[in-house]
Amino acid sequence: MTEPKLLMQTTLLAGAILLENGAEIARVEDTMHRIATNAGYPDAQIFVLLTGITVSLPETDASQVRAIHQRGMDLEKVDQVNTLSRQFANQTIDLKQFAEALARVNQAVPTFPFSWLVIAALVVSVTLMVAFTGHATPTDLITCGLAGMVGFAAYYWVNRLAHIRFLSEFVGAFLIGLITLIGSYLTQNNYHPDAIIIGAVMPLVPGVAITNAVRDTMTGNLLSGPARAIEAILSACAIGLGIALTSIFY
Amino acid sequence: MWHWLFTTGLLQTILAYLATAGFGVLLNIPRRAVNLSGWVGAAGWLTYEVLYQVLPTTIDVKLAIGNLVAAIVIGVASGLAAHYKQMPMIIFNIPSLVPLVPGGQSYRVVRNLVTGHPEIANQYLAQVVIIAGVIAIGFLVAEFINRMTWHLAASLKQL
Repeated sequence: MTEPKLLMQTTLLAGAILLENGAEIARVEDTMHRIATNAGYPDAQIFVLLTGITVSLPETDASQVRAIHQRGMDLEKVDQVNTLSRQFANQTIDLKQFAEALARVNQAVPTFPFSWLVIAALVVSVTLMVAFTGHATPTDLITCGLAGMVGFAAYYWVNRLAHIRFLSEFVGAFLIGLITLIGSYLTQNNYHPDAIIIGAVMPLVPGVAITNAVRDTMTGNLLSGPARAIEAILSACAIGLGIALTSIFY
Repeated sequence: MWHWLFTTGLLQTILAYLATAGFGVLLNIPRRAVNLSGWVGAAGWLTYEVLYQVLPTTIDVKLAIGNLVAAIVIGVASGLAAHYKQMPMIIFNIPSLVPLVPGGQSYRVVRNLVTGHPEIANQYLAQVVIIAGVIAIGFLVAEFINRMTWHLAASLKQL
């Protein structure tokens, strides 16, 4: 038996990192339960919602709560928590080392530099435009790449600087629409604005969130699944409105 | 069919590989997983494209069956990749979904609603619901297949 307070905090932190960085509810519950079991509390009660986690140890009359305010996607952190949890299960690290390592994961994890992200946004936009629509005239390719890069960069910086949800999607989509509109005035023919927009919004669009919402609902998380769906619908609305504002001028 | 496979099919596979790898970078997956997850995504998208070409039905049915089988392929392939690389499955199956997932359709729903085309919005909404549901079911089937495989492998080892 280890110290219950440290155990609860470590479990909560591991769960919070997973939940904030895109893991499904079932995975979060599973990982937390494994940690508690490996620390000697197999009947720990764990209750995970999209907006908060509760852990309770029935033997010790103790429980703790942690609220989750922000959700994003950072799969490197999910991988790190997974690795640490495995090491804890193999007893290569003890609970105290585990807690310290988790705190480090949450603060600093090697991420791709901003320039890589922008290039990745360009690649995603252009390749998916060609894959979905089959349009590949030079003007389409150039405009789509440019719109994808600018849209993602705006999304990234608004998210970083202002921390206002949905505004970042809206600004990104608006810039994509604006660039496509300017392109349509500069070129005469062989220009497909619909194809360009569908490619350029792909880095922003909440497709994975919608699918995760359905998956969470199917595993019996009847509160968290629909909550995720509402989040996804709001960001689809933000993107759709951003584009619609500029599409009036065609 | 063969001609299609070696021209458009090959091109689509390469495009899907690049798109998945790029989306993996955007989701910040570990560097050593980028290449492999790109191939998982390419396999999924190729499955979808082939089924879309081959099936002789309406668009909605094509979408449903194509996405279902593609999701199963992605789920099984990312299970194998996760086992091979000792990483959680989510690192391979989330980026690989990017060509399939109904993100573009969900944006089109809102855009058509706002610009005054509710009928088109309805069509796209139906596609969003079909695709999201079918991908979730495909992942459940893939999970089942993965578990059966490990079960079989474990019992073969004991023999």
